[in-house]
Amino acid sequence: MFAYIVRRVLQMIPTLFGVMLLVFMLFNVFGGDPSLVLAGKHLTAESLASIRAQLGLDKSQFAQFMIFVKQVLTLNFGTSWSTQQPVSDIIGSRIGPSLLLTGSMLVVDLLIAIPLAATVAYFRRGLTDRIVTICCTIAMSVSALVYIIAGQYWLAYKLGWFPVSGWSGSAWHNLWYYVPLPMLMGLMVSLGPDIRFYRSFFIEELGNDYVRTARAKGLSERVVMLKHVLRNALIPVVTTVMMSLPYLLIGALVLETFFSIPGMGNAVVLAVNNSDFPIIKAITVYIALATMIFNLLADLIYKLIDPRVQLK
Amino acid sequence: MTSTVQAAPAMNGTPEVHRGFWALGWRRLKRDKVAMISLMVVGAFLAIAVAGWFNIIGDGWRKEVAIPYAPPSWLAQSAEETLPPAEEEAGAKTNAPIVTMTEAEDPIGKELAIARQNMGKYASVETPLRESLPFGGDLRGRDVIVKTIKGTSTSVFVGIFGALFTLLLGTVLGAISGYFGGKVDDFLNWFYSVFTSVPDMLLLLSFAAVAGRGIKTIIIVMALTSWTGTYRLVRAEYLKLKNREFVQAASAIGASDARRIFVHILPNISHLLLVQFSLLTVALIKYEAILSFLGFGVGVTQVSLGSMLAEAPAELVQGVWWQMVAVTIAMSLLVTAFSLLIDGLRDAFDPKANK
Repeated sequence: MFAYIVRRVLQMIPTLFGVMLLVFMLFNVFGGDPSLVLAGKHLTAESLASIRAQLGLDKSQFAQFMIFVKQVLTLNFGTSWSTQQPVSDIIGSRIGPSLLLTGSMLVVDLLIAIPLAATVAYFRRGLTDRIVTICCTIAMSVSALVYIIAGQYWLAYKLGWFPVSGWSGSAWHNLWYYVPLPMLMGLMVSLGPDIRFYRSFFIEELGNDYVRTARAKGLSERVVMLKHVLRNALIPVVTTVMMSLPYLLIGALVLETFFSIPGMGNAVVLAVNNSDFPIIKAITVYIALATMIFNLLADLIYKLIDPRVQLK
Repeated sequence: MTSTVQAAPAMNGTPEVHRGFWALGWRRLKRDKVAMISLMVVGAFLAIAVAGWFNIIGDGWRKEVAIPYAPPSWLAQSAEETLPPAEEEAGAKTNAPIVTMTEAEDPIGKELAIARQNMGKYASVETPLRESLPFGGDLRGRDVIVKTIKGTSTSVFVGIFGALFTLLLGTVLGAISGYFGGKVDDFLNWFYSVFTSVPDMLLLLSFAAVAGRGIKTIIIVMALTSWTGTYRLVRAEYLKLKNREFVQAASAIGASDARRIFVHILPNISHLLLVQFSLLTVALIKYEAILSFLGFGVGVTQVSLGSMLAEAPAELVQGVWWQMVAVTIAMSLLVTAFSLLIDGLRDAFDPKANK
């Protein structure tokens, strides 16, 4: 087990190196001259030269890449080009809102999707199953943007049930005041595919021999479902959850932009708009790191749930 | 089609062995009513898209043909209500008796008379803007239905070409990786893991930040960011198929690697690629909408379903809902038909796969 973890961690190094290379190529090689972006309207030869010297752009590409490597190793990405704040401060202040929004969304999504998917899979081909499947298909066909626009207009602006947009300093206040509407809109998008996805796994599990054996032993349907089927169907659930964890960090990009939530997704959109490369670079590297770590955790959790899983 | 395409086993005992894989699949698809209706709907959308690219329809979407936010005309009553300027004019007329000065008494009467005369001359030259349109108008009085057709055309164009490039990239890399294995596979797997460790939306936006805006950029950026799914699928299939007898037979008669990869193995996974292509098209149409909405999509000289949706929030506040409804209907119809068609294709060409 320990050897496995060590090997996986070592494997992360080339991947992280690749991500750094990708990001570097993207912004330093194809991205054009950032000093032009930075100098803005006050474009003079001296200001350009001083900016270039400050950023180390007068050095060779290799030297510049080494600066980036040093930034990643020390996790210090310098200052934002648009606000001059340290990048780490910006990310630190923005990660909370993203986690609050997407984290609560994930919890509610699982609480609804798993029981519902198990129920409809159990009564497969019945009326409930058909209605739920049709509803999911219809819900999936509508663009996320439409939910957000219509939801904000009707539920917040017209009916006044929710605030139109905004965020406050208190996490608790945010959770019951500002989070519900964007969360609801996010659920409209995520529940359909999730229910259909989990349903197919429950159906697969229900068709297995062990279910027949358990029933033949005279176990009640409840025990069969809760103790046997649910446990086995948990693996794809864990995969989806672990895979979605890195996305929790960047939050729901569109939701954050639309509801003015000061999270990471909002920061990304802002940074792209302002060509604020240090922020984009930093967020990309952090998210890549998180993705690799969560993937490893997912594999370790499989082992906990299902002892048959072999970690190689 | 080459001899490597294996004939599916006969169904219902009838001798169908001579029938090709595709013919059998098509027969199965034809029996699926939902899939056939979806196919027709998707076909209609494709026809609109093609007609739109060649500017046969939707060309005049930039033209101002009506007053700003012209309401849909099948709402005869509300069309009257939602025209506040007309009401004010009517009010001014009823209050007319207050102004009792004759032209001679009025200090600017003469000039006013001349001005009115001149205005009368020009009014006949001006194109009269319609007060309502069958499906309503937007802020600049453009016909929403023409705009939706053009926007759908752009979105489908981006979706299909994005999917084609994505498929091409993913298939070639996946085939090479799965077929050759070894160092090439290691390298491409590393490449794959690099791309998958950054969420697509973040990658898409990072590329967009560098590459600028426009339809061509979006298509390229989408291909560069979404090839990984196809890569994994194709690689797995090649790993499975490369040691089969028909490939060994091909190598025995001296087929080159490239020939084995693209002529002998590729047709065997083409049904998977067809499904993958449809999935990608739907996904990329949705992506395009989000990118355009965030301002990284098609430029202002173009119109897409996403850029139309981006106008919706400001319109809704003024009670103008028709543009959003038109886009929603067009997009939902397209996506639903595509999804149902994908289900049908899966059943028809991969009958063993469970649902």
